[in-house]
Amino acid sequence: MRRIFKALQGEIFAIPGRDIALLLFLFLFFLPLITTEPFILRIATFANIYVIFAVSWDLLCGFTGQINLGQALFYGVSAYTSALLNHHYGLPPWATIPIGALVAVGIGSIVALPAMRLRGIYLALATLAFPIVLTGIVFAFPDFTGGELGISGIVPLSLSRSTTYYITLLVMLASVFVMWKLTDVKSKMVRVGIILQAIREDEITARVSGINTTRYKLFAFCVSGFFAGIAGGLYVHVMRIAGPSTLELMTSVNPIVWTVFGGIGTIYGPVTGVYILFPLLEFLWIVQEIRILIFSILVVIILLFMPEGIAVWFRDKIESTCPRCKLQNIITRRTCRACGAELHLIKQSR
Amino acid sequence: MFQTILINGIITAGVYALLASGFSLIFGLARIINLAQTAFYMLAAYFTFTLMTLLGLSVPISTIISVVMTILIGLAVYWLCIDRIREHETTVLLVTVALAMVSQECLFITFGLYQRSVPAFVPGFWEVLGTRVSYQHLTALGIVAIVLFGIWVLLYRTKLGVATRAVAQDREIASLMGINVKMIYLTAFGMAVALAAIAGVVVAPIFSLDPFMWVHPLLMICAIVVLGGLGSIKGSILGALILGFVETLVVFLVPMGSFIKTAVALMIMIIMLLIRPEGLFGVIFEEERL
Repeated sequence: MRRIFKALQGEIFAIPGRDIALLLFLFLFFLPLITTEPFILRIATFANIYVIFAVSWDLLCGFTGQINLGQALFYGVSAYTSALLNHHYGLPPWATIPIGALVAVGIGSIVALPAMRLRGIYLALATLAFPIVLTGIVFAFPDFTGGELGISGIVPLSLSRSTTYYITLLVMLASVFVMWKLTDVKSKMVRVGIILQAIREDEITARVSGINTTRYKLFAFCVSGFFAGIAGGLYVHVMRIAGPSTLELMTSVNPIVWTVFGGIGTIYGPVTGVYILFPLLEFLWIVQEIRILIFSILVVIILLFMPEGIAVWFRDKIESTCPRCKLQNIITRRTCRACGAELHLIKQSR
Repeated sequence: MFQTILINGIITAGVYALLASGFSLIFGLARIINLAQTAFYMLAAYFTFTLMTLLGLSVPISTIISVVMTILIGLAVYWLCIDRIREHETTVLLVTVALAMVSQECLFITFGLYQRSVPAFVPGFWEVLGTRVSYQHLTALGIVAIVLFGIWVLLYRTKLGVATRAVAQDREIASLMGINVKMIYLTAFGMAVALAAIAGVVVAPIFSLDPFMWVHPLLMICAIVVLGGLGSIKGSILGALILGFVETLVVFLVPMGSFIKTAVALMIMIIMLLIRPEGLFGVIFEEERL
């Protein structure tokens, strides 16, 4: 017990960023006890789903550097698959969501194979096209896909609101944990994280170093597609309708907004982005007429002053990295808490 | 039928060519992906609507004021927003989308969701081969052709054009040669916005205006510039011709065509990318290892 507390003290309490993460986690965990307001619980449920979606985008774009402007493809494919399976064959949610996610991976890898030849901005603009092509197909077969109205009458995730909330919360935590481990450079369990970031930094050098970059890019596409698919499946079972809105341009843009707002290339960035922006947009219903206007202006202004994202900016304000042992420290410390090196040498010399 | 497709195809292609060459110009020069390009097009169309229909100004005055106003807004946007975040590629992407949303919402609040239309600049039509071709369409074609030729002259026959192309080739060396790179970026952005604004003014009497009219052309110009090769204006124009005609053919010949026109155009882009990943006239930026 004391050892656990020691570990907590060293790894979490000492770093303000992790304190905030812990507080957020506790808050989310006890949210249904604080309030049972359906509106708030619903927003929180959707926020959990969108966290998975945003982090999956960040894994592909922020960490691997493959800018994908069509993340809605995975989301929509999974949403439609889950909905069709549930509607036509009566499969329960715990079966439809993983199957939907796997189908999304399948479609994603079919898409990714040609996309492997493209780089940078070509890839971004080509991926923008895929969900829209799929929307055309959805409209072309209205009998099967429900056309513009979509598929409704889907079994809910659970009958009680707080159970639904807890299911999404747990799935979210598990997914984010897996993606965090997969992208973590310092991770000793899996080596993938450092390879993905190497591909982002310089693909040619990574290939020269003997990394099969195509395979790892495909892997990133599949993992990202899988988790985006999970988000899509959850969304369908919470919303209880799968319509063409899951494939539209805004669905692709949203994870980008959340991630870039929070801080691209970090896991905590998209999480912060979703928990700030999504509830904000929902609470702006009180000024419904101009809510998207206010929202967009806010995004522009914040990005102009913090182009690296609000979470990264904030973290730089409260934490500093030890120049010698690369350990995070609270900004108020003069010396590193582990090795005693001077922390603010560079800033002083300026 | 054939003539209708031909004339509509050329008009669509011409408008896309204006939008896409502006997009391509600023990307080739400064690596700025300006997703707000079609928002400027929408703004110009709405300015024309306001000045002509609501204030009752004459055609030349209102079109010129619309273009100038849009260019001024564009320059202000570049000065205030894009210039300072140019280094962060995805942030630029996001900020330009957000700016497009801002303009969409402003128009939505001011004008509502109704489809607006502007009366023809030049009424009347010309009967050719059994089809009526309105003078408005011909004027639009003429303007598009003149503007595209003007851009060509500007880029290849003037000192400013030489400087612009030099910056596009190598920013640092161009800077060492005494070219004011920041100024070139600003003028090029102004030029791109001007192209979009002219496109918007030209289509105002032909298409109907609504606050969401920027989305479809944006997707199309993305497809066009990828098809033609990023940063290549020649490629953009050729891509615009191909996709403009494809779109018109699909709308006229396929049942429910207007639902799947975007999908078909984007399919063509994807097939093209599989055959030739750098587009028709594109260059692979192999040396750009940042």
